[in-house]
Amino acid sequence: MSLLEVEDLSVVFSRRGRRDVRAVDGVSFSVDAGQTLGVVGESGSGKSVTSLAIMGLLPRRGAAVGGEVTFGGRKLLGMRRDELRDLRGKELAMIFQDPLSALNPVVPIGRQVTEVLTRHRGMTGTDARREAARLLDLVGIPDPDRRLREYPHQLSGGMRQRALIAMAVACQPKLLIADEPTTALDVTIQAQILELLKELVRQEGTALVLITHDLGVVAGLCDRVNVMYSGRIVEAADRRTLFVDPRHPYTTGLLGSIPRLDSAEGAPLLPIPGSPTDTLPWSSACAFAPRCARSLEVCTTVTPDLEPDGRRALRCHNPVPAEEAAAVGAEGRRE
Amino acid sequence: MSSVVDPVGRDGSAGPAGRDDAADPADRGPAGSTAAGSTAAGSTAVGPTAAGVAAAGEPAAPLLSARGLEVHFPIRRGLILDRTIGHVRAVDGVDLDLPRGGTYGLVGESGCGKSTLGRALLRLVEPTAGTVTMDGVDVLALKGEALRMQRRRMQMVFQDPLSSLDPRQSVESILSEPLQTHRVVSGSAARATRVRELLDTVGLPASAAGRYPHEFSGGQRQRIGIARAVALEPALIIADEPVSALDVSIQAQIVNLLEELQERLGLTYLVIAHDLAVVRHISDVIGVMYLGVVVEQTASRRLYTEPLHPYTRALMSAVPIPDPDLEDSRQRILLSGDLPSPANPPSGCRFRTRCPWVQETRCADEVPPLREVRPDHVVACHWAEQIDAGEIRPRADAIV
Ligand SMILES: Nc1ncnc2c1ncn2[C@@H]1O[C@H](COP(=O)(O)OP(=O)(O)OP(=O)(O)O)[C@@H](O)[C@H]1O
Ligand SMILES: Nc1ncnc2c1ncn2[C@@H]1O[C@H](COP(=O)(O)OP(=O)(O)OP(=O)(O)O)[C@@H](O)[C@H]1O
Ligand code: SF4
Ligand SMILES: [Mg+2]
Ligand SMILES: [Mg+2]
Repeated sequence: MSLLEVEDLSVVFSRRGRRDVRAVDGVSFSVDAGQTLGVVGESGSGKSVTSLAIMGLLPRRGAAVGGEVTFGGRKLLGMRRDELRDLRGKELAMIFQDPLSALNPVVPIGRQVTEVLTRHRGMTGTDARREAARLLDLVGIPDPDRRLREYPHQLSGGMRQRALIAMAVACQPKLLIADEPTTALDVTIQAQILELLKELVRQEGTALVLITHDLGVVAGLCDRVNVMYSGRIVEAADRRTLFVDPRHPYTTGLLGSIPRLDSAEGAPLLPIPGSPTDTLPWSSACAFAPRCARSLEVCTTVTPDLEPDGRRALRCHNPVPAEEAAAVGAEGRRE
Repeated sequence: MSSVVDPVGRDGSAGPAGRDDAADPADRGPAGSTAAGSTAAGSTAVGPTAAGVAAAGEPAAPLLSARGLEVHFPIRRGLILDRTIGHVRAVDGVDLDLPRGGTYGLVGESGCGKSTLGRALLRLVEPTAGTVTMDGVDVLALKGEALRMQRRRMQMVFQDPLSSLDPRQSVESILSEPLQTHRVVSGSAARATRVRELLDTVGLPASAAGRYPHEFSGGQRQRIGIARAVALEPALIIADEPVSALDVSIQAQIVNLLEELQERLGLTYLVIAHDLAVVRHISDVIGVMYLGVVVEQTASRRLYTEPLHPYTRALMSAVPIPDPDLEDSRQRILLSGDLPSPANPPSGCRFRTRCPWVQETRCADEVPPLREVRPDHVVACHWAEQIDAGEIRPRADAIV
C-alpha cells in the first residue's frame, strides 16, 4: 500500500443556473515515500482541483467530490474537519503557485513560521525562533534573523516562495503537494527551489506531487508523470518512458510544440491546433479529438478507457506508433 | 589586453579596461557611456553589431540603433516637498543594434530592465540619456507630427492580450481605429476590407470582426493583438513576452505566426522574453541583460553552446530541458540570492555579488566594458577568457 492512494477521484462544481463543471473525472494514482510524481496538463485541465480535493480544501458547498483518497492507511475524503486540519500542515503540506496569497500579509514571516512549529511540533520561545531561523537558512534565505522580522510584501517573489517552503518543511510532512511552485519565478531562482525540493525528497524521504506545465521541470525531477487533459489522465508513465517513447497524441503534441534550448537550429515547432476550450465531453467521446491529428470516427462517439499497457497507462483509440513517438521523443529531438 | 575592442563605437573615455574612479556612482554608466560619450557612434562601429551576425550575407545597416541608452526613474519621498532621494537605474547605458529584417532577443531576470528598454525605444517612456536612431532618423529628437509618423513604424505586442485590448471595443473597431487615426485607409468600406485582410493574415475568420475580446481564447486574443500591431505596416515590432501568458500548446502557434509574418512583411523584431528556449528559437541575435546593462550579446545559435559571461552560463544551465537523460547528467550552476536593487547597483561588475567566478581583483572596482572576446561575440566580464579556458574555476558549492 502506497503512502497516498487516489482512487477514481472526481470533482463536479455546480452552481445554480449554470451547467455543472466536471473538473476532475476518474483520476487514480499513487505516490510512495521518497517518490516524486509530476502532473502536467494545460490550464483548466484539473491539476489544482485534484490537489485541493486531496487536501480537503475545496468548498464544501458547490463542489461534489467522489472517489477515495487514502493517506497512510486513513481515508481523507469525509474525514472530520478538525482531524483533517490537524493532518494538514503536519503530515500533509501544500505549496501554492502564488505565495503571497498563502501568507498572512499582516504577520511577520518569523511568527508565521514559529506558529507552525508551535502547533505541530510543540516548540515555543527561543527554541521555535532558533528553529525558524535554521529553516530559512536551509531554504537559502540570506540573513534569516532579519528576514524573520519582515512582512511578506518586503520579500521578493523568490524569497516568499522559499519562506513558504520553509513553512511546509517546518512540520516535516510525509507528503508535499507543490502546485506550480516556480512558475512565477525566474529560471535561476527556479533552479534553486527545485534543488531544494530534490533535497527534501532525497534526505527526508518526503513524497512529492509536483504540478507544473513545464515539461523540462518534470524531466529533471519526477519519477512518474501523469498527463491530464480536460479533467482526466490521458497518459501516465515513468519519466523515461514518457519522454523517450510518448504515445498519447496530446503528449507527443506537447513535446513537439515546445522549443528546446539544445534543439537543432531551424527545427520547426509543430503546434497543437485549436485551443484547450475546443473539447468534446468525455462521457461520449475523446475530449482531445477536436484538436487531434490522429482522431478517427470512433474518437467522437466512444469514450476511450485508460488502459494499462505494461509500462504505462494510455487513454487513446489511436495511439502514436512507436517510430513516430521516437522522433518527437527526447532522443529524437537531440541535436 | 590587446584584444580589447570597443565594439560599439563609444568614445573610449572610460579607457579600454573601463577603469572607473568617479566618486559619484550616479554619474557613470557601466562602461563610461554617458550621453556625451555615446553620441560618437557611427563610423567607428565595428564587429558584433547585431546586423553583422544576422543573415548569412552582407551585414546590412541595422534598422535601429541605440547608444548609451539610459532610463533612470526618480525615487520620490515626502508628501509636501516631494524630494528626489535617488534613482532606479532601470536601463543604465545600453548599446543595441536591431538587425534589419531579423530578430533580436532580449533575455534576463525579472526587473533587469527589459520592458523599460523596449518602451524607451518606442518613447513610451522618455530615456534620460543616450541616442536612438532608426534609418538615420534621430528618434529622440522627434516631436509632434514627425513623432506620430515615426510611431506608425514601430508597434508593440504585449504579454497579456486581454488587458491590452479594450473589452468594450469589437475586434472590428480595435483594428480599424489605428487605420482611421493615422488616416491610412479612408472610407469605412475600405477599412472593413482591410480589417478582414488583417484577420486573415493572423489566421482568424472574418466572423471574428463582430466579436469582443472576452469571447476569444488567449491565443486568439494574442492574434488580435498582433493584427493590431501590423495594421499600419510597421517596420519594427517590439514584442514584450508575447507568449508567456499562453498555454504551452498555444505558444508554438503564436511563435510560428510571428515568424511567418516576419518573412511575409519584412518585419524587424525585438522579442523580450524570459523563456530562453523560445527566445533562442525565434532570434538571430540575443542580448543578455543584467541589472540595467547588456552583459553578453551574440548569435542565437552560439549562446547556448558557448556562453562566455558567468551570468549567461548560470542562466543557460538553469533552463530545464525536456530530456530526462540529459537532465540527469547536466551540471547546474546555482546562483545565490536575488537581483540586487537597481537603485543601488554593486560597484564594479554588477554581477559580482552573485558570481560564482568572482575574483579578488578587478571585479569589485572596475566596471567591465562590453568587449569583443570572439568575433561577433561581446561580453562584459573581466575574466571571460580565463573562465572559458578553465583557468579560473567557479566556487565549488555553486555547482550541482
Ligand atoms: N471553485 C470553482 N468553481 C467552479 N469551477 C472551478 C472552480 N475551481 C476550478 N474550477 C474549474 O475546474 C477546472 C479545472 O481547474 P484547475 O484549477 O484544476 O485547472 P489547472 O489544471 O490547475 O489549471 P492552471 O494550469 O490554469 O492552474 C477549470 O475548468 C476551472 O474553471
Ligand atoms: N515607471 C516606473 N517607475 C519607477 N520604477 C520603474 C518604473 N518602471 C519600471 N521600474 C523599475 O525598473 C526596473 C526594471 O523594470 P522592467 O519592468 O523594465 O523589468 P523587466 O526586465 O521587464 O522585468 P519583468 O521580466 O518582470 O517584466 C525595476 O526595478 C522596476 O521596478
Ligand atoms: S568574474 Fe567578475 S567580472 Fe566576470 S561576471 Fe563574475 S564578477 Fe563579473
Ligand atoms: Mg492550477
Ligand atoms: Mg517586463
